[in-house]
Amino acid sequence: MDLITTRTLSKAFIEDILQKAQGYEKAARAKKNLTVLKGKTLATLFFEPSTRTQMSFQAAMLRLGGNFVGFSDPKSTSASKGETLADTIRVVEGYAHAIVMRHAVEGAPARAAELTDLPVINAGDGSNQHPSQALLDLFTLQQEKGKIDGLTVLLAGDLKYGRTVHSLMYALSHYDVDIQLFSPPSLKMPESIVNDVKERVSVKEVTDFGDADVVYATRVQRERFADAEEYQRSLYTIDEAMLSKIKSDAIILHPLPRVKEIAPEVDLDSRAKYFQQSFYGVPTRMAILETLIGASND
Amino acid sequence: MIDPKESAYLKAKKIETGTVIDHVPKGMALKVLRVLGIEDDFPGTVTVLMNVPSSHYGFKDIIKIEGRLLAKKEIAKMALMAPAATVNTIQNFTVVDKYVVQVPSVLEGVVMCPNPTCITRSEGTPRLLVENASPVRLRCAYCEKVYGDKDITY
Repeated sequence: MDLITTRTLSKAFIEDILQKAQGYEKAARAKKNLTVLKGKTLATLFFEPSTRTQMSFQAAMLRLGGNFVGFSDPKSTSASKGETLADTIRVVEGYAHAIVMRHAVEGAPARAAELTDLPVINAGDGSNQHPSQALLDLFTLQQEKGKIDGLTVLLAGDLKYGRTVHSLMYALSHYDVDIQLFSPPSLKMPESIVNDVKERVSVKEVTDFGDADVVYATRVQRERFADAEEYQRSLYTIDEAMLSKIKSDAIILHPLPRVKEIAPEVDLDSRAKYFQQSFYGVPTRMAILETLIGASND
Repeated sequence: MIDPKESAYLKAKKIETGTVIDHVPKGMALKVLRVLGIEDDFPGTVTVLMNVPSSHYGFKDIIKIEGRLLAKKEIAKMALMAPAATVNTIQNFTVVDKYVVQVPSVLEGVVMCPNPTCITRSEGTPRLLVENASPVRLRCAYCEKVYGDKDITY
């Protein structure tokens, strides 16, 4: 069993992960190591840089009593010498019980999953998907808002290339939510994704944050724009002034790293939940690892 | 009895061995030939009938290819542009096999994923899932990007 995309996930799988994550939250907070995956090794293959995702998968594995091997700098691996992904996967297969992989090339984790019987977890592939992030985002909603159904969730920033928001769209579509999209015209959510979910969930473009119960901010990256002026026009910042236009009981999330989308003063506001969100990555990934590695032993 | 409207194509020479592709949508014959890799260096005789009156389709194209039989993979490649075509295999001037083209649910190694940053551009075999045959809607099984007919290069 693999975790490659949220597009094809069932609600039952999502709910199972959320329930297990709830069970692991206490151990994650207490930084207590369990024995659920004792003797198991996770390979963390980060062909692209990562801070939170890599460390939280590693922390999750340690909390479950397992260990990890891997790399975070592809320059130090055979990939930099031209080794194919297929060869890398076949080699790593001999070292670990599961593979977590981030790659700049879209579809690389799906390809890896075909090459090995080990569970493969997509930790981000280009602008395509980041499914474990979407699951931890749902877990954050559940923990911080007490529910997912009934929420209005606003996705802001680079919705065209942002893999976290692509995964989150599909994950949210299993719930009774209203999705709002806020982005520069050149960085709109791909039509294909909107078409995939629109029969299950309401999706509309908005120009302000006023109705949102959840503001999910993402980075607008300079390299996406050929024109510097258009880039400047496309930037948005949630600052103190903007906070007054956001519901008093809303929460503000961000997959991080942030640049200018959220001003530092917002960190002190009770609605800012992005650091808690980052923590929830550990229990959510504990749930994912237990489910996938446990399932592979059956 | 052959519909008099369709009798025009009988005027073209019968072939001894080869393939006759019937019910090609009007105007698609040359594209089908291109997809099949049949160009000016092809050694056999190729007859293309365009705008043939058809009782079913109004007008259609017909292609006769002397000395060439089509593999299932080639027919799959053609299926996106001629989804209702009939492929007749001819031997000794007789139809020995008749195959109605069906758009497969998966195109494996048939067309390239148009996404330049898809893994299949550097390794593996392209696999496009046919989510809808008409209008064409394909999804790459790897990068998950969705494409229409105009995005695909044959």
